[in-house]
Formats: sequence, C-alpha cells, structure tokens
Amino acid sequence: MSIDLSQFHQVFFEESYEGLDVMESALLNLQPDNVDSETINEIFRAAHSIKGGSGTFGFNDVASFTHVVETLLDEIRSGSRQITLEIVDLFLKSVDCIRRMIQQHDAGEPCEIPEAAEIQQTFEAILSKGQASDTSEVDPSDALSESGESDSSASSGWKIYFKPELDVMRTGNDPLRMFRELESLGPLTVTADISQLPPINSIDPEACYLAWTLLLEADVDKSTVEEVFEWVVDESELTIEPLSSGDSADKVDSHDEQPDIAEQAPPEQQEQRVAPVSPASNSSPAVSPAASSKEPTKPSSVEPKDKSKVEVSSIRVGIDKVDDLINMVGELVITQSMLGELGLDFSMDSLPRLLEGIEQLSQNTRELQESVMRIRMLPISFTFSRFPRLVHDLSRSMGKKIELKMLGEQTELDKTVMERIGDPLVHLVRNSLDHGIETPEQRVKSGKPETGTITLNAFHQGGNIVIQIIDDGAGLNKTRILEKAKQNGLVADGDALADDQIHDLIFRPGFSTADQISDISGRGVGMDVVRRNINELNGSVEVESVEGEGSTFTIRLPLTLAILDGQLIRVGKHIYILPLISIVESIQSFQRMLHRVVGGCDLLRLRDEYVPIIRLSSIFNIKPDGNEMEDGLLVVVEGDNMKVAILIDDLEAQQQVVIKSLEENYKKVEGVSGATILGDGTVSLILDISGLIKLSGVQRYEYKTVSNGDDCAA
Amino acid sequence: MAEQQSADADVARINEEISDAIAHEPSEQYLTFFIDNEEYGVDILSVQEIRGWEPATEIPNSPAYLKGVINLRGAIVPITDLRLRFGIEQFEYSPVTVVIVVKVKSGNSEKIMGIVVDAVSDVSNFSTADIHPAPELTFNKNTAFVKGLGSSEDKMVILLDINKLLTAPDDVDLSEVGRAKLG
Amino acid sequence: MAIILAVDDSASMRQMVSFTLKGAGHQVVEAADGQQALEKAKETQVDLVLSDVNMPVMDGLTLVKELRALPNYKFTPILMLTTESTGDKKMEGKQAGATGWLVKPFNPDQLLATIKKVLG
Repeated sequence: MSIDLSQFHQVFFEESYEGLDVMESALLNLQPDNVDSETINEIFRAAHSIKGGSGTFGFNDVASFTHVVETLLDEIRSGSRQITLEIVDLFLKSVDCIRRMIQQHDAGEPCEIPEAAEIQQTFEAILSKGQASDTSEVDPSDALSESGESDSSASSGWKIYFKPELDVMRTGNDPLRMFRELESLGPLTVTADISQLPPINSIDPEACYLAWTLLLEADVDKSTVEEVFEWVVDESELTIEPLSSGDSADKVDSHDEQPDIAEQAPPEQQEQRVAPVSPASNSSPAVSPAASSKEPTKPSSVEPKDKSKVEVSSIRVGIDKVDDLINMVGELVITQSMLGELGLDFSMDSLPRLLEGIEQLSQNTRELQESVMRIRMLPISFTFSRFPRLVHDLSRSMGKKIELKMLGEQTELDKTVMERIGDPLVHLVRNSLDHGIETPEQRVKSGKPETGTITLNAFHQGGNIVIQIIDDGAGLNKTRILEKAKQNGLVADGDALADDQIHDLIFRPGFSTADQISDISGRGVGMDVVRRNINELNGSVEVESVEGEGSTFTIRLPLTLAILDGQLIRVGKHIYILPLISIVESIQSFQRMLHRVVGGCDLLRLRDEYVPIIRLSSIFNIKPDGNEMEDGLLVVVEGDNMKVAILIDDLEAQQQVVIKSLEENYKKVEGVSGATILGDGTVSLILDISGLIKLSGVQRYEYKTVSNGDDCAA
Repeated sequence: MAEQQSADADVARINEEISDAIAHEPSEQYLTFFIDNEEYGVDILSVQEIRGWEPATEIPNSPAYLKGVINLRGAIVPITDLRLRFGIEQFEYSPVTVVIVVKVKSGNSEKIMGIVVDAVSDVSNFSTADIHPAPELTFNKNTAFVKGLGSSEDKMVILLDINKLLTAPDDVDLSEVGRAKLG
Repeated sequence: MAIILAVDDSASMRQMVSFTLKGAGHQVVEAADGQQALEKAKETQVDLVLSDVNMPVMDGLTLVKELRALPNYKFTPILMLTTESTGDKKMEGKQAGATGWLVKPFNPDQLLATIKKVLG
C-alpha cells in the first residue's frame, strides 16, 4: 500500500514551528548555573519530535541537523554535560537554522542554508570533546549481536532453539505469534520442551515455562529468522543453526535447567543513572556568540508564501470552543423547529410565542456569531513569543542591559490581525531598544538602575485589543524632534506645538531621528509605515512620553477584521458607515468654530488646532439635504495621521457590521474600504478615512496657533 | 400589475431554460435580449440567473452606466446598465426591466456582475455556421467586444463577448457596439 | 480488524500512523500524551498500543507501566515508537513491560509489517 506522505507535511511544518518556538523561549529562560531538568526535557522533546517527523516525512537535511542538536541535548539531559552560555547561544542559532530549513521546505524552495554545515560541525566538535554518554545510534541489528554473529548466510533451513524468559507474556509477547510468523516463511515443525513445568499447584498461569525447538524448512537469511525474535532475544535463550540433514522433529536436544525463580521479580523502577558531571569546559566553541556585525536574523513568523501557490492555512482550535459551537447550533436547531411549528398553524394567539421565538433566535445568532469569531482567536502570546529572543540578541549586540516583561499574554485576538500586527510590533520594540533604553553607563549617570525594562502589555478594552510597548528609557527628545521636523519642512518656524503634537511628529512620513543609521532601526522603514499598517487594520497607534522617564506606545486594534463597529451616517439619500474607532467627536452647532477661508478650504477651530472640513457630498458628487454648511453636522475623525471634520446630514444608528469586499466582483473604490449588508438587505459602503482625505485634496493643515494661522495650506 | 406578472412568468421560464442549457453542454445557445430595439445575445453558459431590477447602492465617482452594487445572497455585485454603456440615452426602468447576472472571467478569477437590459427575449441556438463576423466597425477596437452576428430564419442577433465587454476599462467608448450590423 | 491506540505528542506522526492504520481497515483511537492514552485505554479496550517514548505530561515508559498494572492490559501488545535504537533504551522499554519497538523514522509499509507481527 502506498500512502502519499505529503498530505501530512503541513501539520508537520506547523507543529515544528510551534516546537521551535517552545525551544526558543525555553532556551531563553535557561539559567546555565541552575539548570531546571523539566526545561531541558521540554527542549529535548521538541527537538526530538522535529527530528522524528523530519525523518519520517523525508526532510533528511532537517533530520540530520536536528540529530546532533538532539544528541547534545540528551547529554545535557542525562547530566553528562554542563550547559554553558555558549552552548545556549549555539542552540538558539540552531533553532533559527532549523526554522529556516522548515520554512524552505514549507515554501517548496530548494534548501540552501549556508551556515547549517558550520553549525553542525560546531556541534560535532563539541560532541567529540569531553566525556559524553553513549548516545551514538546503533543499528537495530546490532542488538542482535548477542545471539552470535548475525551473518546473513542463507541455508536451506534453520534449526531454532527458543527458551523465552518466564515473564515473556507479561510484555505482550506471545511465542505462538512468533511461530506463526515463522510458519509464513516455510514449513515449520514445533516441539515443545515441557521439562521446566513446575508442579500444578505452584504454576503461575501467567508465566511461560516452556521452551521450543523449531525446524524451519525455508530458504531464508538468518537475519529474517532473527527478526522474528527481535523483541525477545535479550531475555531469551535463542540459537539459530543451519538445518543439517540429521535434524528432524523427533531428535531434539533437551535443555534441562532449573528455572531461576528469582528472575520473576517484578522489574524495578529504573533509576536514571547520572553520569559524573564533567568540569565546565572553558574552551569556547568555534562560534563567537552573537557579536557578529551581521544583522541578527529576524525571528520571523512564517513568511508569506509565493502567492501563486494555493495556501491552505489551518488553525488549531481548542476542543472547548468547538463544543461551545456545537451547543449553540443545537440551541439554534431547537429555536428553528419551534418557529417552524409555529408557522405551520399560525394564529394571532401565538403572537407572544412568536415574539419570544424571534428574541430567542436573535440571541442564538449573536452567540453563534461570537463563538465563530472565537474560533479564529488566538492568544497574543503567539506574537509575543518572538520578543524574548529578539531582545536577548539585540541587547547583547548593543551592549545594553534590558529586561523584558510580558503581561496579558493570554489576551486573544483574530489570527489574521495577529499575523499582520507582528511586523509593526517588532518595529516598535526595536525602536524602544534602539532609541529608548540608554546604555548602562548613561542610565547609571542619570540615577536609574543600569538594567532597562521594556514591558509588552496586552488587554481587552471594549471591542478592541490594546497592546502597549512601555520602556523606562530616555523618552522622546522634543527639541530634537522639532529640529528635525523643521529641517524636513514638516513644521514652520514660529509654530507653537503642544507636547503631544510634537511627539506625534515621529509618525510623519520621512521622519527619522536616528543620528546614524544603525542596523537596527535604519531599515528605511519609519514610524509612518508602522502607523499606516496599523491604520489599515482599522487600528490606531499613539505615543506618550516623558523626557528622561520613558515612552509608552499604545496600539488599539479591532479584535477581528471580519466585523467592524460602525457608525451609520447619512448624506441625502445615501447611508455610509464610518469605523467607530476613527471617530473623535461629532459637533452639531459649529457656526462659531467655523473658520471660512476664501478659496474654499474651510476649517474647524477645535480647541487649539484647525481641522480641515471635508464635504462628503462634494467629494462623492451626491446631493445633500441642504447646500448650507449649517444644515449639516460635522464628524471629526482621525486617519492618516491627521484629523479632518466630515460634513454630513445626519448620524444614524451605531451597529456592528460584517465587512464584505467590493473588490471581489468590482474593484477598489477611492474613499471606500469595503461594503456591508444592512438589516433591510441593502448594501452600504464603509468609508476609508485616508482615502477621503486623498480625494478631498486637503493637505495636513500644519499646526498653527489660532492667532497666526489665517491661511490654509491648500 | 398584469404586466409585472407576465414578466415574472417570463423570467421564471427563461431561468428554467438557463438551468436546462447549463445541464446540457456544449452550448451553442445564447440568451438574447433587447436594448433600444436591437437584439443582442450572450453565451448562455456565462449567465447565472435573471432577476428583476431592484435599486442598487450607488458607487461614488463611478461612470453613469454603473448603477451601483446590490446584495446577491451575501455577495456584493456591481450592476452595469448596458444601454448607458453603449452610449444610448437612459430609459425609464419599468417592471419588465431585468438584470442578467453573469459570470465574468477576469484574470484567473471569476467575478459576478449584473447587466441591466430593456427586456429579455429568448434562448436561441446558433451553431458556428450561423455566426458571421461583424462588418468592420469604425472604431476597430469595438469589434473585439462582438463575437459576431448570429443569424436565424427570422432575425439577426449581435453576439457579445461579455468577458471582454465587462472588463473593458471605464474610458473605452462602446457606443459602436450597437451599430455592429451596420459596419 | 483491530482497535489500535496511537499515542504521540506530534500531530503529524499521529495523523500518519492513524491514516495508515485506518487504510488497512483498523479502528484507531488517538492520544497526545501518556495521561490521555491511559484514560482512552480505560474507556475503550484496545487490541494494541503504539506509543511514542518522549511525551509531555506522561512519557511512554510510564504509560507502559501504568497499562500493565491494569488487569485488562496485562498481555496487550504495546509497541514503542522510538528513535533510540540503543540497547539500553530498548531494555528500559522491555523492563517497563513493552512488547517491542518500531524504530523511527519508519514508513507506512514498515508500520503495517510490524503491526502484522503482533496481530498475527
């Protein structure tokens, strides 16, 4: 039977990624001076599974690479080798290496990892040095060496004497089964030797007192015969001799030995024999730890594959979530059948029951929707788990001391959102490492503990997930930010900006305060890209900072991309939807705050800033209720790093809407991010703030104090 | 009212014929319809269903012939008024105005779109022998949207290449398509 | 045909084993660690146990000992799926009461051949 093993590859890849993550985080938690055996076991198990699976599924490069890793881990596990910082680093490198190998297999690319061979050699060098327990692979057939030379000479037949141990049955081995197996090779004559049977009253019915002589007339290799007894050979007497002409069933050697009753003692619990610990080897391996000038390899999540390949992505779901779902569907079926019966024979008397049923139905639907959404939710630890390694590597290479704290790792969010927030988060953490936390010397000078702290914090708030990156570093330097912004023409001389406005400048395109481009943040990607990526997920990011004390970056994201909390708005006869998260406030009577500018760019004076006004009716070419601005109301929204006020006729209900794609059957529409279907079955368009800003042509109105700002950058 | 009912009956009958046709490939069958008293045909296999006209949600800043999008069993489907697409003046929608829902191949995916026509006529057979190339059109590129002219005993039908037609960029002028017979 | 309990913490191995056995007409009960396997074995009397050695919660050797302590599993064949083909690992398995072993990596055909040995 031939089975196509490739159908199991995807599952293998996924569990390998998980195993590698487990290895990585466990390695990062290892204290070489105080090795916790359970942690080592956990690392070993993960490596062991990857090796086993890669061997089974034919990824031999992974298997042979993982083999040396596993061997060294086994030595550490058995206590025959000390673990050192260098070894931990080497293991971390090997985790990266295996991960990349698996990714290449996963993407169906040829495997080319230049450093793999070098790392493997380093392992082998370590293994060959120092005392190591014997973990070399032994060919399975070597185990048979005790039964004489395992020559594979064939003969016309074999004479076999087999005396199993008394306990043979207690291991589930049955001599009868072995004889049947022999019989499948050729004619077999079996003679039992019952000389060892004790008197009937002292027979242990579960013991095997018999021995057998078997004559097998088959032209097979000796090894074939040995294989039949493979599992019992160590505890049995077994001789296998070529059949000579004189052998026949009635001439059987009798072996008469007293049964050794002592042998029947139950097997003892095997103690792990711990070999003496070798002194810590101070000879460092050939690889210098992490001090290379190379860019640290990005601990990436699974890279997106070539889009031309059909990508089947799967998700592991806890059985409790599935059970919930099944219960809900059960409820729904009950409600449905009740309503169905009601409909068969409906009279006005049953109206209360109908209303009750409908109420029940809407509750079922709500719960079912929530449950289905929960299926796609994963704890954010999947994203957070990459950071210990990142912080460990980067702080080492930058000579900074940093402690990473992670809170709220079990906070769940949608898998897709999680996949897309990974990179922005990495960028923000790198930024905190690079620009936030000071060197130990600087920290001591300013009276801080020399170890800086970066905290990743996640929690739910309303229908959103909030992720914070908090550092106790130098904080944002306002003076430098302003200088930079003036140089780049983002701010005019003489503009007076509030602190939070200055901080917000770092998210502006083309802004970077890195005096010299380091290999960490100078990747040509600025904070503006981070903000754009987060905005694309209908989320927001902002920063609070106190100079000398640190910064907090706060990201807010919807829990899912499939559903949006929407604010329905109306212009004329058209209903549109604004993402609730983008709305700052709405203003009904704003005449006094209006700042009309000749040339058409009207501004709203909102406390200490001017906000450009966008008339939805004119950018969409639709007819509003009235032509006067005073007829409508303004919704102040934030998008694309700026606030704008959108002029509409009326606010309608707020509701959760299911996001549908316009592009599936049509195409992208400027100013619209998608569509949804309202309760009455009609389609309504979801507005895209940054698209509206582009359409309207309003530029970011530069921060100007109210006193000197009279013209508009149009 | 009566008009509406007979239109509904027509739609039901033709929808049945469409399912029949799809069940019996290969097709030389075309769904024919009228626009401005001219009869056009589209390959029946590209037709998914026929529906009555219902108001669509307008798409901002889209060409006038794009009536908007409707909700078709949970999918958002754009509706093109073919009359306007061919540059013929707007026609008051009536109870017999129908939307033909078609599957259009675009790149390697399939899009569902709707076209508004004055009225659906029939399902007709045209074998390869019955299809003649359209005379050269003034705007040469418009011929690309016409498969040819299908002729039967009593009529001549302009057979459209609906894939090309509906995936043509907005600014392509299709006003010549309706004059395909004249050359 | 037999009811077989397949125990492995690796989902891909479990799927491969299970798919192979089902293809040969056996019924398969799956478990991801020794503890789970023990519970399943108590629920369903199985004819054969195939177990990985290194597993979280309860490893394969402990599982064998626990199973052998159950009256219903005194003589049930239990095969260890192991990459340790060294003598003492096998000995440990035997000492615990395992019937035999199948050395990883194995392919579906080897698996079926081994199963045949114990199911006769």
